Amino acid sequence: MTFWDMEFTAEAMPDLLSGLWVTVQATVMGYLIALTLGLLIAVVRRVRVLGALVHGVMEFIRTTPLVAQLVFVFLLAPSTVTAMTVGVVVLGVHYSAYTAEVYRSGIEGVAKGQWEAARALSLPASRTWGAIVLPQAIRKVIPALGNYLIAMFKDTPLLFAIGVAELLTQAQRIGSVSFRLVEAYTLVGFLFLAVSIPSAILIRRLERRYAAV
Amino acid sequence: MPPSDTPSTEAPQGVEGQPQIVFDQVVKRFGELTVLDRLDFAVEPGERVTLIGPSGSGKTTILRLLMTLEKVTEGHIHVAGEPFSHMRRGNHLVPANESYLRRRRRSIGMVFQQFNLFPNMTVRKNVIEAPVHVLGLSKDEADERAVELLELVGLGDKIDAHPTQLSGGQQQRVAIARALAMRPDILLLDEVTSALDPELVAGVLDVLRQVAESTDITMLCVTHEMGFARDVSHRVLMFDKGRIAEEGTPEQIFEDPREERTRSFLRSVLDNGF
Repeated sequence: MTFWDMEFTAEAMPDLLSGLWVTVQATVMGYLIALTLGLLIAVVRRVRVLGALVHGVMEFIRTTPLVAQLVFVFLLAPSTVTAMTVGVVVLGVHYSAYTAEVYRSGIEGVAKGQWEAARALSLPASRTWGAIVLPQAIRKVIPALGNYLIAMFKDTPLLFAIGVAELLTQAQRIGSVSFRLVEAYTLVGFLFLAVSIPSAILIRRLERRYAAV
Repeated sequence: MPPSDTPSTEAPQGVEGQPQIVFDQVVKRFGELTVLDRLDFAVEPGERVTLIGPSGSGKTTILRLLMTLEKVTEGHIHVAGEPFSHMRRGNHLVPANESYLRRRRRSIGMVFQQFNLFPNMTVRKNVIEAPVHVLGLSKDEADERAVELLELVGLGDKIDAHPTQLSGGQQQRVAIARALAMRPDILLLDEVTSALDPELVAGVLDVLRQVAESTDITMLCVTHEMGFARDVSHRVLMFDKGRIAEEGTPEQIFEDPREERTRSFLRSVLDNGF
């Protein structure tokens, strides 16, 4: 048995790539949930009673492990709901607890004078938020939000716990059939790098672009 | 009336004796601190009143109460003969709710010390935002109004610039245009030149002189620019410790103040080169 088997690598690649595709899909869909739900939470948190309630739920989500949340929701979910759906939703909701904090810091960073000027012009709440506060707040936090995209991507292997056919699950399956675990897991590492390094570069570029203004 | 360099400072006659703004025993406290102490005063329609006094004497709070950025602790404010800080419910006055305030304060515009332009919008968008989304003007109507007002403040060529590309003085002139675009009956000016470099002050004050001259907007002005106060205002109110220490015409207050507090305040302001 050689240390690295090229033939095996070639054979395993299609399955690994399909796993990577699932990983990317889960990340992107989960991220979209985290972006929108997080924004909603950040705005709702400014409402008195409701805000405190939402804050409590978010604290709970942030202080319990993601993998436990995945398994818990998967076990509770009706059998018609696929593991992938559970995975995407839990991942998205979990990360929305973090993105909400990012949005919140952005909103608090908008100068008080902006709110006062909006009020002095009698602008309705929808314009104050939609045209003045959020555009300024979001612009400031784009880099921080980008970092959570990469963090989520690296957390998708946790979907392994509920049997989503993502990259790690595929590697585990191939490895246990062929006993070529070193190759399988090394390839997983490379494939993760192949996605996360370009993403990181892209995000750093965004960061520079928005920091400049 | 022939055009003149300085607006007429002859006090206007109130419409049917109805004051535009009335403060009735207004108290404003922040915790233990009493900022306004049972304050009574009235402003006639079209009157231009300058509020002077040491910092912390409550001048800015008066503007912030009118802009509903603060709420009165006690007492009532009336605007245009109708309750403003409160609203009628049956025969009672109850503290005004948000929708009542939003409706009432449309007639009031404010220009801030720090300009507070929206940096994510062009000059044009800054000016048309409220006319379109509050008054319901069409884009074209609002745009026409914006062009006209930006010409008035001498910034017709900056209409598509972003606020960050403008000097402080230019930003403040845009802020004036933005406030005027709502066609307010009352314009509140809160130390509008205090944040400006000295060489930019004159441009902003000239624009305001022109506004005073060409409109009959009621103006309430907190300022340390005594020359400007003298030129445009009909009446000067000297505040001290949340009360009016002295009031009179600009000539009276600046040339022959009765109160020692007014005298020492004016001395300190003039010594500081204002």
